[in-house]
Amino acid sequence: MINKRTLLAAALAVAATSATAASRDYISIVGSSTVYPFATVVAETFGKSTRFKTPKIESTGSGGGLKLFCAGVGVEYPDIANASRRIKKSEYEKCRKNGVSEIVEIKIGYDGIVIANARNSGRFDLTRKDLFLALARQVPDPRGGEKLVENPYKSWKDVNPNLPATRIEVLGPPPTSGTRDAFTELAMEGGCKKIGWIKAIKKTDKRAYKSICHTMREDGAYIEAGENDNLIVQKLEANPNALGIFGFSFLDQNNDKVQGALVDGVAPEFEAIAEGKYPVSRPLFFYVKRAHLGKIPGIAEYLAEFSSEKSWGDEGYLTDRGLIPMPSAERRKFATDAKELKSLEM
Amino acid sequence: MNNRTDIRPGSTMERVNANLARRYAKERRFRRMGMGAIIISLLFLTLLFSSIISNGYSAFWQTSIQLEIHFKAETLDPDGSRDPGLLSAADYSSLVKGALRGIFPEVKKRKERRKLYALVSSGAAFRLRKMVMSNPDLIGSTARIWLPADDDVDMLVKGYIDRDKPEAERRMKDFQIAWLERLQREGRIEKRFNTTFFTAGDSREPELAGIYGAVMGSVFTLLITLALSFPIGVAAAIYLEEFAPVNRFTDFIEVNINNLAAVPSIVFGLLGLAVFINFFGLPRSVPLVGGLVLTLMTLPTIIITSRAALKSVPPSIREAALGIGASRMQTVFHHVLPQALPGMLTGAIIGMAQALGETAPLLMIGMVAFIVDIPAGMMDPATALPVQIYLWADSPERAFVERTSAAIMVLLTFLMAMNAVAVILRKRFEKRW
Repeated sequence: MINKRTLLAAALAVAATSATAASRDYISIVGSSTVYPFATVVAETFGKSTRFKTPKIESTGSGGGLKLFCAGVGVEYPDIANASRRIKKSEYEKCRKNGVSEIVEIKIGYDGIVIANARNSGRFDLTRKDLFLALARQVPDPRGGEKLVENPYKSWKDVNPNLPATRIEVLGPPPTSGTRDAFTELAMEGGCKKIGWIKAIKKTDKRAYKSICHTMREDGAYIEAGENDNLIVQKLEANPNALGIFGFSFLDQNNDKVQGALVDGVAPEFEAIAEGKYPVSRPLFFYVKRAHLGKIPGIAEYLAEFSSEKSWGDEGYLTDRGLIPMPSAERRKFATDAKELKSLEM
Repeated sequence: MNNRTDIRPGSTMERVNANLARRYAKERRFRRMGMGAIIISLLFLTLLFSSIISNGYSAFWQTSIQLEIHFKAETLDPDGSRDPGLLSAADYSSLVKGALRGIFPEVKKRKERRKLYALVSSGAAFRLRKMVMSNPDLIGSTARIWLPADDDVDMLVKGYIDRDKPEAERRMKDFQIAWLERLQREGRIEKRFNTTFFTAGDSREPELAGIYGAVMGSVFTLLITLALSFPIGVAAAIYLEEFAPVNRFTDFIEVNINNLAAVPSIVFGLLGLAVFINFFGLPRSVPLVGGLVLTLMTLPTIIITSRAALKSVPPSIREAALGIGASRMQTVFHHVLPQALPGMLTGAIIGMAQALGETAPLLMIGMVAFIVDIPAGMMDPATALPVQIYLWADSPERAFVERTSAAIMVLLTFLMAMNAVAVILRKRFEKRW
């Protein structure tokens, strides 16, 4: 008896599926976990203030999101992909190959990556070169010469005599994270470039250069603490000697517990990041599938909400969440792009 | 009898006696070690519970601010038409702002006013809208209404923001604290039971976030899991145990069922992604797919426990039934199955409890998502309780820390209730032969 009834229910469920799979009345968004806190706020406001349903937002990471986004056109594929980096040429090509030929690119603002430690210990004043020397797997031989050795540095004082004599212990995100990508690219490579002969390698062997500059040490000085930035903040509180790497919004929320280190003499503060003075900051984007406009209700209105001054403006609600706004000229440009749905060319 | 003089030197008794003290000591040591193991595990359990409860109990109360809201007819319904479309689009936040300006008329600067308005949650306007929509007669009247405070205010009132820290290191500035203290003196601030937490879906405003959406997602997912895995699992177990011939093929199946029970759950998620979403084209993030994936995951558990329950029914019952002329089918369904059912149900409930706590397979099929609307069916996008916990644990806002723990408490309550049901069923119906 039970068997028959459940079989019937299952059959009904499948029948219902095939009927509803043909349409979708909410926007589906995938992508970066860094953009997630901002996109969700916009989505919630959009859902509450319009007649449309609240968009569904999955936090899949930038790469995973763009992969889903580029898989094709149709209701089963997402409409929008968030990314904490620009779309890659290879991803763009893949999109085109799958029929996703018209993509609108919208930059939403900037995010700073901070290197922070607990409030109850001294504030660090680092350069990008210090960070590279402390965290790369291979560094130039401290005794001189153009030779690479396994990273010998144990304490910050070994790296730079002006730094304290505490052990190098940095908690940061794993390689799957966009924050990690940005950190290696902006901070590690930024410091790596300061060493003349390594920079020279870039011209002859780009791959070797990249592997020198982007490989983190694996002897315990750099600790992968998972994707959870809150956890890093808690661990910093418990261990005053450790440094942590995470997004600016977490520093903003936990200002009473942790402090951001100066990088190249600039503190990670709202204004400094907005003006581009703080060296470790990156732009955030989202990408819209033009073919879905008109098919899925509310996409144009969602774009309008996101690109309005009350959300991404200087005093908009996204800045309350730690998003660093673009200069107003750039905001105008991307707001027009959003309105006119300008397709991305690569 | 036990007199030592009776024992001859070199006898067995003497050797036994010589060892006796050592053997007793050994047993005492073993018992102590066992006790120690239990005490340590209990200690960890209390540590876990006390940390979750001490972090989370405060989330069941939410700081509210009492304001005199004047439902101005000229803002809400200028032409007096009571048209729901117009009422819904009206500017309700201006009512809240007006009420705050009424209490603090001295705050004039634009920037300070922004800070003042930020004391009350942005959800207050939506709450007023709901009140007016359900009762349009409110328009024109004035009422004292408790509205949810902003999450920063909530954290300050609950003592999670240290007022003694230097001003620059706090999210609440001195002048904001002064406003709050004045409100407190006037009796306008109160911690009230947080009903929102149990009735709302997810939100990025901690004071508006609730677990109802996630609970409903879990309910729909588990309904599908139960509806599919229990009959399939029990049927498979009955066939394998009672009807199937014992040969290499059934051995092979048995080994594989045992192996499946040990497969990490993320693998089932990948399988679900490939089969249900990519091949059958079911939508992402819906409880139907979640339920199907969790069915795959719980099936081996249910089959194994159901077979164990069938095995525990003594053969004499089968023989007696067969002996008085029942067919094999009648024997199984009239005599064996009723005896084995309590054990099967216990297994199913434990399998369900496992499925309730699972996030890894849901990650792959898109149920780890920000979903505000409460799912109304199996085809609406939804998350599940443990996923909600994971998402909140990763949110930057401080107030989500206590909400994460509170959601864990809710999840644990569900798990304990399910396990209690399993225990009761076993106690009630289990027969021992």
